[in-house]
Amino acid sequence: MQKQVINCRKISKGHARGEVIVTKDSISFLGGVDPKTGVIIDSQHELYGKKISGKILVIPSGKGSTVGSYVIFQMAKNKTAPSAIISLKAEPIIATGAIMAEIPMVDQPDADILNILKEGDIVEVDADSGIIKIN
Amino acid sequence: MIFMYLTPQEEKMLEGEYGSSVQKSMEILVALGDIYNAEKLVNITSAQISGVSYKTIGDAGLEFLEDMAHDAKVIVPSTLNPAGVDLDRKDLGFSGEFTKWQLKIIEAYRKMDITTTCTCTPYLVGNVPMIGDHIAWSESSAVAYVNSVIGAKTNREGGPGALSAAICGKTPEYGYHLDEERKANLIVELDTKIKGTDYGAIGYIIGKAVGDGVPYFKFKNSSKRDNLKSLGAALASSGAVALYHVENLTPEYKFALEGLENSDLEKISIGRQEINEAKEKLSTSSKKPDLICLGCPHASIEEIKTIAEKVAGKELQNELWVCTSISVKAAADRMGYTDMIEKAGGKMVCDTCMVVAPIEELGFDVIGVDSAKAANYVPSMCGLDVVFDELENMIVEK
Repeated sequence: MQKQVINCRKISKGHARGEVIVTKDSISFLGGVDPKTGVIIDSQHELYGKKISGKILVIPSGKGSTVGSYVIFQMAKNKTAPSAIISLKAEPIIATGAIMAEIPMVDQPDADILNILKEGDIVEVDADSGIIKIN
Repeated sequence: MIFMYLTPQEEKMLEGEYGSSVQKSMEILVALGDIYNAEKLVNITSAQISGVSYKTIGDAGLEFLEDMAHDAKVIVPSTLNPAGVDLDRKDLGFSGEFTKWQLKIIEAYRKMDITTTCTCTPYLVGNVPMIGDHIAWSESSAVAYVNSVIGAKTNREGGPGALSAAICGKTPEYGYHLDEERKANLIVELDTKIKGTDYGAIGYIIGKAVGDGVPYFKFKNSSKRDNLKSLGAALASSGAVALYHVENLTPEYKFALEGLENSDLEKISIGRQEINEAKEKLSTSSKKPDLICLGCPHASIEEIKTIAEKVAGKELQNELWVCTSISVKAAADRMGYTDMIEKAGGKMVCDTCMVVAPIEELGFDVIGVDSAKAANYVPSMCGLDVVFDELENMIVEK
């Protein structure tokens, strides 16, 4: 695949490179993810049963309780958090959680990443420069 | 892509010149500002911080707060939301383990100079901004009260956002900080006189109808502060209302309709039948409650006086809790109301309430409340049945 650079907006600073895990469903971290294991436990979710730890999580947006921010922080402490988050549209719960947990996060990519990216693709997120590189 | 404007000092805060907690707080404020397309930050005069009960924020919350407390202090008057237990009384039956973790959370907030009056009614204990002040409050019922009844300006902040604002003394300028967002977009006309639990029932109906809109109420009778406290709490729990206006009463009611044609606004009319239906819907049981839990939002001294007079001379079979702040309790003690309530078998409970305390651990089946907000939350947050009614209808005497 040709190398592609996608512009986006920095939400939480930092840099990460790794495998992506992609979903078209929004995520609630409170009740939706087990912070001990990093596995999606919401049985209605497209990624039910899958582990998001250490992956670059690609989502449309967040939803649910504001306590979700603390859950993301807990996951970082437990080393079960995603290594970066790419969101079509950031909302306060995940954005705040990503900053609390020091997880790089970007939003508003200028390409249709939910369809471009598929599970296992290797991606680099450079939040500070506001770019995503697909290898 | 346009980002928010920052002053040179704000840039320094963001770059870490004022320490890591200020930096992290500033990162959160800037991200929130960018998400909501704020143009800049504004200085605030007050903060109210949620995310206190160990039941809701758990170990993760405690760990985050302890990290922040290493080098963070708030720089504006800041008060704390209710906790999961009464911090001073041990006879309510909560586990020692839960209490231990709860006290650690309170200690982290105390270290940051946040006043640990754990109450959802900071405006009754001295955290009272002035009209037009920008503030960052994160208790939904208090947000509705302070925007609507006092006329200060705040969005519905989350706990970390309000804490960040308190540490930096700033909040992003969007939403209810902007005058144009404070205009009414729904008119609610009452065709009956209302009192007591009617206010909560109306708040419950309109909160569902208006979502995060700004309702404008036309009442047929005058309303007291405590009526508006109940109304706002219900509006903010069944909907996401942060601001409402009451004709001839709240400070911005004239401004709320300025420049709007009457015909532009949707109108809802509410009568006795709708109010009674909402009340029935809010009760999940027709049994007499084994615990009557009042003070949601936390009871004012006037409400405590009324409760004391209603139970005076009776011997209650139900357990009775009156939830309030330590400040108002001190006044109730001195006025003799606490004594009247305790002689009837009731308890004054400070710092906590039926929504954030783990009351499901205490063996009660049916909780009686006179708050539409509590009736809305108790079944989902505690998994218990709830009865929504006036106190006098719920009392069972021995």
